[in-house]
Amino acid sequence: MSLQQETVLINGHIIDSLLLAKVLDIILMMGGTFDLKDVRIGKTREEPSSARIVVQAGSKTLLEDILKAIQPHGASIEREADCHIEDSPADGIFPDDFYATTHLPTQIRLHGRWVDVERIEMDLGILVDEQTSVARAIPMGAVRRGEHIVVGRDGVRVNPLQRPRKRDVFGFMESHVSAERPHGHIIADVAARMRHLRDQHRQGQTDSRVLLAGGPAIIHAGGREALAWLIEEGFVHVLFCGNALAAHDMEADLYGTSLGYGLTAGRAVPHGHEHHLRTINRIRAIGSIEQAVTAGVVKQGIMAACVRQRVSVIMAGTIRDDGPLPDVITDSIRAQTAMRAAIPGVGLALLVASTLHSIATGNLLPATVPTVCVDVNPSVPTKLADRGSFQAVGLVMDAASFLSELARLLGRPA
Amino acid sequence: MSRLLVCPPDFFGIEYEINPWMRLSNRVDHELAVKQWHGLMRVCEHEIGVTLERMTPMVGLPDLVFTANAGIVVGRTAVVSRFRYPERQREEAHFEGWFRDHEYEVVTPDKELYFEGAGDLLGFPDCWFGGYRQRSDIRAFPFLSERFHREIIPLELVDTRFYHLDTCFCPLSGGELLYFPPAFDYYGQIAIAERIPADLRLSVPEDEALKFACNAVCVEQHVILPSGCPTTQRLLHAKGYRTHPVPLDEFMKSGGSAKCLTLALD
Repeated sequence: MSLQQETVLINGHIIDSLLLAKVLDIILMMGGTFDLKDVRIGKTREEPSSARIVVQAGSKTLLEDILKAIQPHGASIEREADCHIEDSPADGIFPDDFYATTHLPTQIRLHGRWVDVERIEMDLGILVDEQTSVARAIPMGAVRRGEHIVVGRDGVRVNPLQRPRKRDVFGFMESHVSAERPHGHIIADVAARMRHLRDQHRQGQTDSRVLLAGGPAIIHAGGREALAWLIEEGFVHVLFCGNALAAHDMEADLYGTSLGYGLTAGRAVPHGHEHHLRTINRIRAIGSIEQAVTAGVVKQGIMAACVRQRVSVIMAGTIRDDGPLPDVITDSIRAQTAMRAAIPGVGLALLVASTLHSIATGNLLPATVPTVCVDVNPSVPTKLADRGSFQAVGLVMDAASFLSELARLLGRPA
Repeated sequence: MSRLLVCPPDFFGIEYEINPWMRLSNRVDHELAVKQWHGLMRVCEHEIGVTLERMTPMVGLPDLVFTANAGIVVGRTAVVSRFRYPERQREEAHFEGWFRDHEYEVVTPDKELYFEGAGDLLGFPDCWFGGYRQRSDIRAFPFLSERFHREIIPLELVDTRFYHLDTCFCPLSGGELLYFPPAFDYYGQIAIAERIPADLRLSVPEDEALKFACNAVCVEQHVILPSGCPTTQRLLHAKGYRTHPVPLDEFMKSGGSAKCLTLALD
């Protein structure tokens, strides 16, 4: 989905001669786009003007055709330099002037050739293996002394996202957060994507996994059955959550309550507040969620569905956790690493009813992954966008309504 | 007193085809060409009173006669042309030699920076125009602009018959412009209109443009132009110019006329 691009320079009396306008028109007429950078206009008639133009096109061939067409008008390709590389001074420490990544498709120039940076993610460094010409994004904590890290900005280019050909809600690739917007068509677009991705996943195609990061509000709000159904039907392939979602999901199965509230009766049951602790204790005694499901102790719900459908579940702990359940990773950086490892192959991300997990997941996702953030609190999708995940479509609504409608559109019987 | 650089047509002829006008089959009547060239010189010297500097013609360089393409002269500085076609690149050394012999400060652009002299760079005292795409490379103009501290408006030549700017664009001494608008694209026409008000733009009809009516030499109130361009003459008369039509059709076989045969030295 990334655009091909090249930077050209043009200088001289380019304004009054309409030369700049002509070059920009040619780019557009040929089906390209441009970003006008560093335009310097001469202060007097005699003084020349100059402009740097980033020319973008959907394919390499089109880009070359455009460059060929504008070259006679004086727009010449900017001379480019290789990226600069320095050794990491110690384990877990980047060189001082390390290049900090964005989550957009990124390339570095190595020995005169542009190389894609693999596993791109925001706020990391770029590790380079010069021998194999391979570059990948690397977290600060993971770097080892002496490893080669890109420094400065020379020889690094960030490619904008190409608008997908599919004209759905993700086509705009920008956050709009509003409680007033109708939700129907957004959920319908998400459903259409999920149906398509499930087909692709079954055919073993790449980037076809659907990731759901969710909070316990899914259970409290009544979205448990819908989500369990989506998982059982093969629509979700990766689950990121914390101790609470899993605990309340299994509490519901064992006790019919969520944080002590009767899910069907809708009121607190006597000693209900103990249920989630007893659930956690029970699973701890069994040893793992998988064993609890396999042994038939936990029969229904989200975690049971995940075990049955072999969904990759990453549970990240927090300082307020009870227990926690076995399999909850309590070391935040280890949890982050495990989540990061589950990202490749994800073609759609649903971030539902969790500020913590939504933002953590948003940080790990490349901008090329279509993302939906669903929360009753508008500040969650807003915060996600503010932290750089501009591609996330914000949906201000309750998790249960979202999941129920999504499941209904995907064929769940009423 | 104006001075023009000229070169006698001793070895003029069509020996190759590098513009749509040139046809190897279209033989030049050499005797007539010589007569027409002398006719032009007579008008220059006797009717207008300019001084002529004559270069020595060279065997094997048939287009050396078109001195407008020697380069450009600004004060005592001469920028020597860098021809696009190898056929004319052989002229460069001779033009350069002439400028050096006459004690000009000689500027030689990079070999790859095609620039065909006063054929593609014309203008008014404060603003110059540069023709590009057919022969000169647009990148030559920022270089010249910086060198001479002049604004140079590049104009794309979109009709191959008008392959040099001086075939379709002729600034006049009173600030008027004689030109053929369809030789330029929309952007070029707008750029010209931005610099030269409508009442100063004299638009030549196509039939006369194809006789190279715009390939004229203007010295003060005198304009020398190819014969057979009555409408152009009327346009010039209306602005108070005295016209001097000269038959030059033997040179048109090579795609050149009055202006191409001269280079203004000061």
